[in-house]
Order: sequence, then structure tokens, then C-alpha cells
Amino acid sequence: MFETLDQIFVLLRHWLVGFLPAAWQPAISVVLSVAVIVGLFPALFALTVLLERKGLGRIQNRIGPNRVGPFGILQPVADGIKSLTKEDIVPTSADGVVHFLAPVVLVVAVFLGFAVLPMGRNMTLVNMDASLLFYFAIGASTELSVFMAGWSSRNKYSLLGAMRAVAQMISYEVPLLLSSVAVVMISGSLSLNKIVEAQNQYTWGLPHWYIFTPWGFAGFVLYAIATTAETNRSPFDLPEGESELVAGYFTEYSGFKFALFFLGEYLAMFSISGLGTTLFLGGWSAPFSFLGWVPSWIWFFGKLLVSMCVFIWIRGTLPRLRQDQLMNFAWKFVLPLTMLNLFDAALWHFLGDGWARWVVCSAILAVAYVGMAWVGMRTKHFGARSYRYAE
Amino acid sequence: MSFVFYLLAALTIAGGLAAVLLKNTVHCALSLTVAFAGLALLYLELDAQFAGFAQILVYIGAVAILVVFAILLTKGSETPKDGVYSKNWFVGLVIAAGVFAVLGWAVLQSAAVLPHQTGPAPTVTVLQIGNALMGRYVLPLEIVALLLTAALIGAVIVAMHEKESAK
Repeated sequence: MFETLDQIFVLLRHWLVGFLPAAWQPAISVVLSVAVIVGLFPALFALTVLLERKGLGRIQNRIGPNRVGPFGILQPVADGIKSLTKEDIVPTSADGVVHFLAPVVLVVAVFLGFAVLPMGRNMTLVNMDASLLFYFAIGASTELSVFMAGWSSRNKYSLLGAMRAVAQMISYEVPLLLSSVAVVMISGSLSLNKIVEAQNQYTWGLPHWYIFTPWGFAGFVLYAIATTAETNRSPFDLPEGESELVAGYFTEYSGFKFALFFLGEYLAMFSISGLGTTLFLGGWSAPFSFLGWVPSWIWFFGKLLVSMCVFIWIRGTLPRLRQDQLMNFAWKFVLPLTMLNLFDAALWHFLGDGWARWVVCSAILAVAYVGMAWVGMRTKHFGARSYRYAE
Repeated sequence: MSFVFYLLAALTIAGGLAAVLLKNTVHCALSLTVAFAGLALLYLELDAQFAGFAQILVYIGAVAILVVFAILLTKGSETPKDGVYSKNWFVGLVIAAGVFAVLGWAVLQSAAVLPHQTGPAPTVTVLQIGNALMGRYVLPLEIVALLLTAALIGAVIVAMHEKESAK
């Protein structure tokens, strides 16, 4: 029974494909999986947007949308219809082809990332040897679509937003990759399936998730910072800072193309949270061994939604950074700490089993973080505000 | 030589030609990206996963972005009135053909030197590539790393603020 529930989607696909002639079965089976991914995540997107608007409202002492349907739960439907029926305006001086291609490239690239995420036991669309590398390769190509959008609009706000976005994404991609490399070093594989399998073990009923190791915890925090910046979320949402740049690189987009950018941003958040879940939070494995009977996909999507709630919570809590703070933070703080984390993971690997590696690795990280905080507090001068660029 | 190969080859060549022939410099850079993507897909079609993904990560994720940034930051994005073709395009053509001939000759020669292989190509995993890079080819790898570090330090020095006394 539990087996059936765990594998219900796999069995369902198998049953549906069984009606077709044998020659078609592999192709149709892939098409079915793709259709489910393409349908499911936009549905989750609608849910998350509602959650975000309601939650942000509560954080800011408002009620949030409450007019469309009971408690405003039909708001995403109204938003969707609105964006579909709005006029699609393309500026006269815009570069038509590139302007049209930019949102398409973004959404296609983001959707491709879902292909390698293990969403449950036996629920990976493409099980390849180098799936982590595939994910990062595809993720890197979204930067180009942001540039295309900003440049083709022929609008100074769009271009400035695109430049900011690309600079930010490139800067934070380095810590993103390096914090994931620590996981690869320990699990010894680039395959996301194998990384999940390595974490799906239990000692005294507790899981072997990488977040429960010293380097894994530090790595997860760094990864979370890098993902927030990579998806242009608050407090790193300078590329679309509305007080400075209207809407950043998609200022000149309206109607459904704007909705595509919006969708792409949220899908990127889903997929990068899914990757973080897979790398550090044990993917589809249960948090306690006695909960192993709950279907694996429930754990994956549960962890995904918790990550989304954290994203929303952070957006409602933290103020926006300044551009130079953003760059300094990436290169002078996050990057050295990810390097240290790599060293720590290597030490963890070579110290072997036993308590010694827990003590040594925790001590190194604790000394580094506490020391950095101490030096930072000591050298910080509190006084009259000084302006660096607006003299 | 399957249908997919010809499709990808056509895509790559079209991207490359567009990169040379288009008027607008940013369009050229974007077409160059198409050529990069075509090359990556060709690698993937040859079952070289690592090379293919590394090509996308490095060339589309970094080099293409670098190229467009360089175009935008050097005020060269406006198309000159008298066209983008250089006056001595013929010399360029000769040099390009010469390089292509040397490369083609080397590739064709190497096929004769290598032991003749029959049957399906061996499957190479990322693990094997990693072992080879860290074992047999560790010296070239380290030399490349040194070169890149030197380039990085050089870039930082160029971009560094002048000393206060220079004012």
C-alpha cells in the first residue's frame, strides 16, 4: 500500500502508456512527464503568488487581496485573465526579434532545470551522470535572456536594470557553484539521484542530511544567500528596484510577456529551492526514519513550499541593499567563506568516521565566523553618515 | 552522420555566419551565442556530456556575457555608417583559411596515428574525466590555473584605484 502510494505517479504513467503501441511508449512516456512538469509548476506558481500577497500583507499589517472569491483565493485566476487580455505593447524603437525572444528564452531555460531534479523516489525525468553540471549550465543561460530583455527595450532603466542583474547574477553564481561543490566532494558524484541516495540513510532514526554536518550547515546558509541573489529576490532585488529603475529589465514588457517574466522568476525560485533541497536537505527522504511510510514526493514538495515561505518571509523582513554593498558582500564575504567551506569539507572527508572530524570542522568554522564578526564589529565606525558616491 | 547532426551543424554554421555578417554588434554577439549552443549540442550528440555542459556553462554563461558587456561598455554598440566590414577583409580571410587548413590537417592526420577503433565508442563518465585531470593531466591543469590566476590579478590591478598621492 505504501509502496503504491509512494510510486503512484510512476504507476499512473505506466498504466496510461500501456494503452499505446509499444513503439510509441518511450516517447509518449517522456511527453507525459514533461506535460506534468509544465502544468504542475505554474499551478504552484499561482498558489505561491497568492501566498506571497497574503503573507506580505499580514507582515505589513494589511489584509492582502480578499475580494476575488472566498478570502481572495481566486486572485491568481483574475491576475492570469488580466495579463492574457492586456495589450502587448512593444516600443517603436525596440529591437523586435530580441524583445520577443527574451521572455521565451528565460522560461524555456528555467523549465529545463526541472528535468534533472529528483522529485521523489524514481521520479527524475532525465537521470544523467552529470545532472548537477547540467543544472548549472542551464541556469547560467538565463543571464543572457535578462540581458536581451534589457538591451532590446531601448530604455535606460531597462538597460541599467539588466546590467545590474547580470553583474549580480555573475557575482553570486561563483559562491552558488562553490557551495554546491562541497556536496559533490563528499558524495563523490555529480548525479543528483546519487546525492539524494547518499543522504537517505539513518542513524538512531535521524537522517544523514548534509545540513546536519558543520560544513553542510555553513554551506546551506551560503547557498541560501547566493540563491536569493541569483533569483533577484529581496534583499537583493536591486535589478528591479522600483524606487530607482521602474521595474528594471522588464520595464518595457506588458501583457503576457510581463507575465512570462514573472512566471520565470518564480519558476527559478522553485527550481533553485528544489536543488537546495536535493543538495542539503535530503531531497525526497523523510526527516525521521519512522516517517518513511509517507510518500517521498510529499517530502520533496513540502520542503519546496517551506523554502518558498522562507523566501517570502525574508522579502517581508529585510530592506534592500545598495549596489556597492551587494558586490562587496559577494566578493569579500560570501566568496572567502565558501572557499573555507570547501577546505572544511575536504578535511571532513579525510578525517574519516569518528568524533574527531565533528570537533575539528565545527571549530574551524566557528573560529572563522566568530572572528570575522568580532573584527567586523571592532573596525566598524559608527558616526555621521558618509557618502561615498554622492559627494 | 544522422539527421540530428546535420540539423545541429546547420544551426552552428548559421550562427557563425550571422555573427560575421550582421550589422549590429550586439546581434552579432547573440548569434555567436547560437553558434556556441550549437557546438555544445554537437558535443552532447557525441555523448560527451561533460564537454557539452562545460561548453554551455563557460561559453554561454560567461564568455557571451563578457562579450556583450565589452560591447556596451566601450560605446561601440552604435553601428558605423560605412558598414562593419574592415578594408583588409581579404587578409583576414587568408589567415582564417590558413588556420582552418592547419587544424583540419592536424585532425585528419591524428585519425591515422590513433589505433583504429571498431565497435561502439567507449562511454566516459565524469568520474573518469576527473581522475584523468587530477592524475595524468594534472600539470597542464595547474598551468592553466596559474595562467587564469595571473589574468585575474592583472585585471584587479588594472581596475584598482590610483593611489591618493597621484591626485
